[in-house]
Amino acid sequence: MSDHNSSSEHISSIGSSVAIWLALLIGTALTVGAAYVDLGPFNIVVALAIASVKATLVVLFFMHVKYTQERLTKLVIAAAVFFFLILLSLSMADYGTRLWT
Amino acid sequence: MPNSPVATANHEVHDNPALLHHFATEQQQKNAASLGMWIFLATEIMFFGGMFCAYLVYRYKYFGDFGSASQQLNITLGAINTAVLICSSLTVVLAVRAAQLGKRTPLVFWLLATILLGLVFLGIKADEYAEKFEKHHVPGASFHYHELFPGQEKLAPADRQYANPHHAEMYFSLYFAMTGMHALHMIVGVGIFSVVTFLAWRGKFTPRYYTPVEIAGLYWHFVDIVWIYLFPLLYLIDRHR
Repeated sequence: MSDHNSSSEHISSIGSSVAIWLALLIGTALTVGAAYVDLGPFNIVVALAIASVKATLVVLFFMHVKYTQERLTKLVIAAAVFFFLILLSLSMADYGTRLWT
Repeated sequence: MPNSPVATANHEVHDNPALLHHFATEQQQKNAASLGMWIFLATEIMFFGGMFCAYLVYRYKYFGDFGSASQQLNITLGAINTAVLICSSLTVVLAVRAAQLGKRTPLVFWLLATILLGLVFLGIKADEYAEKFEKHHVPGASFHYHELFPGQEKLAPADRQYANPHHAEMYFSLYFAMTGMHALHMIVGVGIFSVVTFLAWRGKFTPRYYTPVEIAGLYWHFVDIVWIYLFPLLYLIDRHR
């Protein structure tokens, strides 16, 4: 919880915003390029890793989470991602292992 | 909110008409609005999460068929749309910055640019959908699918194997559910930004009160993030074969 006297909000500089924008565009080009390289089972891993880096950049810099004083916001985000990963991991732990003997 | 100063009946901040009486300070009101939006976005993560989970289960089960169906999508249009959304996120950031600095004309300009980019995205998406209808790749009674597994065109014609049309139909069901729900969020976003643009044009926002710009921006960035995951998952399966 922020102190109400320090209400100065973070104002993104144009330079850093453009840098993040360029990084996101480069990430898009990388993910298209990587799709044409045969990495075996790691194609999906690389694609999701690049997407996650891009999503993290958007959350931290464009959505100002890096600069927020509000720890409750960070807790909400962490909890949402955590429960989403529970959904995915427990579902795939079932469906992904059904063919195992 | 814990730790917040207790609102007193005669707190002195009456010079900001946007400050509601049940908040002690402008900062507290702003934090409450932001937290509420993040909790909404958490529910959105679980909402889209269910569809992502269904997608992963079926992609794992029908990987070859999903690869075949995925390659019916236009990768160029998908990549362009990704870039369009990333550009629209930048214009949102510049709009919030203009609001924080109290510059009304740049604020209206960047909000309009965001709406325009959102409409460009929807236009390209509509073109892709039209192609799906023409090719009978829309799940339903007229669905027809007769395509090879990825990489099979290199083989002799007698050895070529075709994807299971029922499994491809499952891919296109998930494709339309996920991109359709995403497009619906884009349409809602364009509506929200239209209202915010109108308010900005009327001069409702000041460096001390621009919460609607910021909250609408959070929503727009979230919709961008959903597409950042949809693009590689739907368009880029098995492209190297």
